Amino acid sequence: MMSHEDFVFLSYAATAVTLLGLLLLTVADGRARKRELAELEAQGVRRRSQAPGGPRP
Amino acid sequence: MSDTTASQGWFTSLANPTRFLALSGRVLPYLAAAAVITSVIGLYMSFTAPEDYQQGITVRIMFIHVPAAWLAMMCYSVMAVASIGTLVWRHPLADVAAKSALPIGAAFTFLSLLTGSLWGRPMWGTWWVWDARLTSVFVLLLMYLGLMALHKAMDDPARAARPAAVLTLVGFINIPIIKFSVDWWNTLHQPASVIRLDGPTIHASMLYPLLVMAIAYTLIFFTLHFMAMRNEIWRRRVAAMRRQAAQSIGGETRP
Repeated sequence: MMSHEDFVFLSYAATAVTLLGLLLLTVADGRARKRELAELEAQGVRRRSQAPGGPRP
Repeated sequence: MSDTTASQGWFTSLANPTRFLALSGRVLPYLAAAAVITSVIGLYMSFTAPEDYQQGITVRIMFIHVPAAWLAMMCYSVMAVASIGTLVWRHPLADVAAKSALPIGAAFTFLSLLTGSLWGRPMWGTWWVWDARLTSVFVLLLMYLGLMALHKAMDDPARAARPAAVLTLVGFINIPIIKFSVDWWNTLHQPASVIRLDGPTIHASMLYPLLVMAIAYTLIFFTLHFMAMRNEIWRRRVAAMRRQAAQSIGGETRP
């Protein structure tokens, strides 16, 4: 039998886990995309807007 | 140049992803700091607020349940506005904004259902009931998940943008249904007690923590949304650069 305190604790814990999990996933996604961009730029790949004579951004 | 032209110029300049990246990069640290500070203040107020004379300590679930439900609806409203931007003005950032809001909206909707269930069990005596409010919020969760699946099903974001925008706008009908479900139908869920024409019916000792938590949730939403939008812009740039690289290799090998 769960006490009222247990219901409150579970609510706050689930909220913390969900929001912190979402934050961590978002940060990890951003780092992975920046790494990919850096790798492509290191290979000399440029976006069309960055290419010489290409459209200005 | 008139003021209107100037403000339109400033607004449309935000449509440029490079400008958005620069601006959001400057704003994000302040936004994140404000979200953390407001959350700490809100949590302190939530745990020092008096217990309810009938609900006891379980009333503290309200301080995280109600803002989650508000944000679940606000997030969808942001997506609906962005969808109009996609369909009418073909705003370059509109689809990015709508798509990146999806997981955040789904998370808030999930939290409103879960904390509502954890509040309902001790107060109503049941984890779940298929009444109008709970069912319409569950439909909102399905809409978020359906839109996420639609984006996953199409490799090209430009092709997914328009059907996703149309579906988002069709699904917006659910938002007033959620809001007014407790007035239109006989539900187990209580009617509105904060946003109502005759003013809030909650005592100030519980209303203020609730409002501070709502501000904290809003700041958390915009922090996560800006971060996710930046990620989506970078994701599309990576895809464009890979296409560019593949095309240049194809051009070199062609006889």
